[in-house]
Amino acid sequence: MEKKKKAMWLSLLFMGLGQFYNKQYIKGTIFALIEIIALIFGIPYFRKSLWGLITLGEIKFHYVNGKAVYDHSLFLMLQGIIALLVLAILIIIYVSNIVDAKKNAERIEIKKTTLHDVLDKNFPFIILAPAALFILFVVAFPIIFSILVAFTDFSGPYRLPPRALLNWVGFSNFRDLFKLEIWSGTFYGVFVWTVIWAILATVTSYFSGLFLALLINSAEVKFKRLWRSIFILPYAVPGFISLLVLRLMFSGPGPINDFLEIIGLQRVDWLTDPSLAKIVLIIVNIWLGAPYFMALMSSILTNISKELYESADIDGATGFQKFRYITLPMVLYATSPLLITSFSYNFNNFNIIYLLTDGGPVNPSYRYAGHTDILISWIYKLTLNQQQYHMASVVSIIIFIIIASISAYGFTQTRSFKEEDLIQ
Amino acid sequence: MMNLDAALNIKPKKKLTFGKILLKVFVYLLLILISIIVLIPILWIVGSSLNPGDSLYTSTMFPKNPTFIHYKELFTKTDFPIWYKNTLKIATANMILSVILTTSSSYVISRFKFKGKKASLITILVLQMFPSFLAMTALYVLLWQVNLLNTHWGLILVYAGGQLPYNTWLIKGYFDSIPKSLDEAARVDGASNFTTFTKIILPLARPIIVFIALTNFIGPWMDFIFPNLVLRTADKKTLAMGLYAMVTGQSNTKFTTFAAGAILVAIPITLLFVYLQKHIITGLSSGAVKG
Repeated sequence: MEKKKKAMWLSLLFMGLGQFYNKQYIKGTIFALIEIIALIFGIPYFRKSLWGLITLGEIKFHYVNGKAVYDHSLFLMLQGIIALLVLAILIIIYVSNIVDAKKNAERIEIKKTTLHDVLDKNFPFIILAPAALFILFVVAFPIIFSILVAFTDFSGPYRLPPRALLNWVGFSNFRDLFKLEIWSGTFYGVFVWTVIWAILATVTSYFSGLFLALLINSAEVKFKRLWRSIFILPYAVPGFISLLVLRLMFSGPGPINDFLEIIGLQRVDWLTDPSLAKIVLIIVNIWLGAPYFMALMSSILTNISKELYESADIDGATGFQKFRYITLPMVLYATSPLLITSFSYNFNNFNIIYLLTDGGPVNPSYRYAGHTDILISWIYKLTLNQQQYHMASVVSIIIFIIIASISAYGFTQTRSFKEEDLIQ
Repeated sequence: MMNLDAALNIKPKKKLTFGKILLKVFVYLLLILISIIVLIPILWIVGSSLNPGDSLYTSTMFPKNPTFIHYKELFTKTDFPIWYKNTLKIATANMILSVILTTSSSYVISRFKFKGKKASLITILVLQMFPSFLAMTALYVLLWQVNLLNTHWGLILVYAGGQLPYNTWLIKGYFDSIPKSLDEAARVDGASNFTTFTKIILPLARPIIVFIALTNFIGPWMDFIFPNLVLRTADKKTLAMGLYAMVTGQSNTKFTTFAAGAILVAIPITLLFVYLQKHIITGLSSGAVKG
């Protein structure tokens, strides 16, 4: 016990000391080196980065002898976030240094370990380290940035670095989104359509898929394989391409209107009339989405035990009864978690909106959004076309809260979550 | 016994009543109708690519004098071969890097116990649902700072990192279903963690690995937004960028060339997809369906 405490305190005092005390010289040297480097380079670095993150720069854009002098708020903010992440990593190393010192203090004999043993013992950490770094910089870092922007005034045309310094503005963007007429009107309108869209798109493609699966698997149908291979095609063709193709087909001079004209009907403004554009979106989504459900449901249908049907036959069940009390419940039970996944997918289905209608037709009473824009495509326009980063960030946070809570529930229903404790 | 079976199997001979025939006709008409709806966009784009003209206005589904000129033009007048090569390179690299990263980390998460495992995994999973358009700005600056802007590697690293959370979750679920006693037997025989992973687990997890490899391979063929931000020069462009620019520019004058390009992209991907159907269904259902 005494030894443990001593090693812990030594490592707490200076990284690596505890390891030296435990006679683990190589490990101790590595830890000590990390601390020395962190102290020499780290202190000025962290001070500067955190100053940048807190103030977002102090020198306004101006010219000195014809040269531009400025603090770039955006870079200062991003560098500040990176510094925080590096600091977090250092803290983790520091803590593991203490834990390691404590753990190894009680070893009695000093066993010679080979490199192979060391590698095998630390296998989990060696494997997870690169993945963790990836996640830290490619996933976590951008998200922290996206969230922080909501609390700044980062927006065009006047508040764009390096020309202007950014400021922290607290929750005023959130207030504006809900209270300011020009923003709130658009937000509520787009939000309502997003929810309607997500529900309709999910339900229609789910049941169309069910219908296709039942049709193909019904006893009347021969060449099941052939039909299934044809029906799966929309799912197999890259969505990016089929959406662009469908956009052209539904366009004013496109072939669908040509066909209508040939059979003596009027040409229709498929994509430029607000309600029609919404209907086209739903129809196209069925075309794209139903095959996915069909494929999944067919595999479930073929896996339903034949005995169930046989015993139903003995009990004298009619075809409809077998369908109502065996087939349907089995399929619905197995695929209902998909409804959640599919809902959150459609809620953020940027591609179909962007590629098919581009949010159009334009809605003059909306701010930077069209009739068919959903929240995610509105965010796209706010960021990449209109440079309204602050509002885009606020809307992103709202979407995130909705989707995250729905999906978190969905994840708890999946195999990966449930089987964890069964197997171990 | 035999007699009994035979007796039970005697069913009333199916009579082809008028109603039954009607039903059959109806079902087949329905199947044909759906097939037509499914196939028309595909046939239309194939037909369009064979039209001699350039524009959407003049092209027809069944051209009177079909020509392969647009396919030739793709290779002589546009950067199509370069785009194809770039995309193939990015897709392959992304596939290899992602599979290695994801399978190895899922193995560790599935087999080793450490504190806060489940909580941190769920946190990351939920976090990565954050809408990504603003994140792209951050990634842009990050790539800039490490000199990876306008390089394929910048793109590949971002793809490989971005797919990690969800796919790790997916594969971990699959690994969980492989009995732990197999690992233990290998350990008893003196296998290291690494050998256990590569010799025992990986071969058993083939279906899900094929699925992950396929989705990571296909991803870069479809992405037309992030590459637009990262890749600047013409020699770096990808297929999705090039094709997208062909039909969404100011004029639709390259429509038939787009059609030809779209087909050349869609054919290999579609074939891969149809060929690997079974694995895809496995992958999709292990991510979504109750076990």
